Amino acid sequence: MGRTLAEKVWDDHVVRRAEGEPDLLFIDLHLLHEVTSPQAFDGLRLAGRTVRRTDLTIATEDHNTPTLDIDKPIADPVSRVQLETLRKNAAEFGVRIHSLGDIEQGVVHVVGPQLGLTQPGTTVVCGDSHTSTHGAFGALAFGIGTSQVEHVLATQTLPLAPFRTMAITVEGELPEGVTAKDLILAIITRIGTGGGQGYVLEYRGSAIRGLSMEARMTICNMSIEAGARAGMIAPDETTFAYLKGRPHAPQGEDWDAAVEYWRTLGTDEDAVFDHEIFIDAAELTPFVTWGTNPGQGAPLGASVPDPASFADPQERIAAENALAYMGLEAGTPLREVAVDAVFVGSCTNGRIEDLRAAADLLRGRRIADGVRMLVVPGSVRVALQAVEEGLDKVFTAAGAEWRHAGCSMCLGMNPDQLAPGERCASTSNRNFEGRQGKGGRTHLVSPQVAAATAVLGRLAAPADLASSAAVEV
Amino acid sequence: MEKFTTHTGRAVPLRRSNVDTDQIIPAHWLKKVTRSGFEDGLFEAWRRDESFILNRPERQGATVLVAGPEFGTGSSREHAVWALQNYGFHAVISSRFADIFRGNSLKNGLLTVVLPQETVERIWALTEADPTAPVTVDLEAREVRAEGITAPFELDDNLRWRLLNGLDDISITLRNEADIAAFEASRPAFKPRTLPAA
Repeated sequence: MGRTLAEKVWDDHVVRRAEGEPDLLFIDLHLLHEVTSPQAFDGLRLAGRTVRRTDLTIATEDHNTPTLDIDKPIADPVSRVQLETLRKNAAEFGVRIHSLGDIEQGVVHVVGPQLGLTQPGTTVVCGDSHTSTHGAFGALAFGIGTSQVEHVLATQTLPLAPFRTMAITVEGELPEGVTAKDLILAIITRIGTGGGQGYVLEYRGSAIRGLSMEARMTICNMSIEAGARAGMIAPDETTFAYLKGRPHAPQGEDWDAAVEYWRTLGTDEDAVFDHEIFIDAAELTPFVTWGTNPGQGAPLGASVPDPASFADPQERIAAENALAYMGLEAGTPLREVAVDAVFVGSCTNGRIEDLRAAADLLRGRRIADGVRMLVVPGSVRVALQAVEEGLDKVFTAAGAEWRHAGCSMCLGMNPDQLAPGERCASTSNRNFEGRQGKGGRTHLVSPQVAAATAVLGRLAAPADLASSAAVEV
Repeated sequence: MEKFTTHTGRAVPLRRSNVDTDQIIPAHWLKKVTRSGFEDGLFEAWRRDESFILNRPERQGATVLVAGPEFGTGSSREHAVWALQNYGFHAVISSRFADIFRGNSLKNGLLTVVLPQETVERIWALTEADPTAPVTVDLEAREVRAEGITAPFELDDNLRWRLLNGLDDISITLRNEADIAAFEASRPAFKPRTLPAA
């Protein structure tokens, strides 16, 4: 019987297989950041161990880093200690690091792909759940905890429980104004935050094949929000074209050998998935979340749902709690929900195409009075590209704040946070209570919806801007 | 890792689904570089509400958390496990756990037990009616016991063996050094490297 993409990558990394034991898998690439690594390095020191493969390991600073005043000492002493700890550990153990101020610094899941380190058929891990991002290249990529970070540092392997496979087939073309973000939000609402549990998802079908690498990363990034072990997309010409010429992409004969191998990775025609889901791309519309988990979403054209409409008692209670926290009333059209803040950035939507999409809608327009908008590039390289294209000027002319690279307002860990009660349309990945700051209220949206929302001051689709006069500035 | 064999304690019935890692331990706590001292961050936002179940006097000293489905959804932060342990929990019972959280818990000796939602509801009812009711989580017998309830649970033999003996995963893996070295020697030249070849 044929094998799926995920099964092929898994099989190619089995170091040891024995009855009654989990498979021991080799890890091709280990990404580190400051938050989940300090205790792992402590563990190595306590046991007198070293980093086995510094040449397969790379660190960057992202979660704690401020996006303003990056040339000054970090104001928060606890954040400063955490960053300094990473720098000391990297120096002590010989790990390559891209610190704040370095041209390769940025959000870990933006940096790996842009350096060409993320490649098809590799195993990629990081102490961060959004490691699923790298699956866009046909890599088996997943987030791990700190104990596993220590395990990979020491052994370059991980014992892993077997997974099941799920195909998510999306056929057709995404309508105008509908993006990869809308698609993944719709998928999560359909299968739920636990729907992917135990599965590696493979996104396939003509709609997926038609997406750019950056759009594919947006989709795979949020696989974890459906509870999945990982998300993957088969490598194709789009993947190879993205990789070719990047600093760590194979060169010369190695490139040819790599491409030949990568072409064998796609799921065989006679392979069988444990579960399959079909989606018609043409039926999708801009999608937003109304609740406090990423599965609580709806088309932008819908209204805030009535908790009583949920048959499952747990879901009903969850919806009641969510509406109370979000300060929303059942039946309110989502387009009437006014926001205080808009955030464009994160490992989900902080790449150059995301910034271009937002800038295209903001060009010649102003954001609504009273709305604060932050635009945060995912990496220094993305920032430089945006500046070269003049996008930073578009954002500032529209009244948005153009910041330095980092995780920023995706999570309440650095100075960029919502105030209690503030409502934000955010291109990030989690709408959990307090995720963007204590008491903050998050609606997950695409960069296009974020830009339209900033202009109109309420949740809005790009199409809504056409009917509102563009203000020349 | 701490050993886990059997544990008996009072329970905290937490009637919420999708208890995410940002609720278990908010991000600002993750700046700490230790594995301890997270107890005050556990459910920090919810604990500001005096009526939150963890704040009630009859729940002080409870050691078994019984929660709704999709417990631990979200981030890979192992700090969520440390926070539960630092606070004093030895086991968490739910009908569904997020994968990464579950993996992290079992690597730290915090036993996460999957029981059918119907059984979770019975434990909720029992421990809400009688906060002193003991709940036993027995890994040797793979069973949860409370008054009127005997519920078997599944746990992979290999994981159970590691937990019962408190074994260090890294030491176990390093016994396979020859396999790792052989695999390394067979890797294709085109695989990515973060450093120039030595």
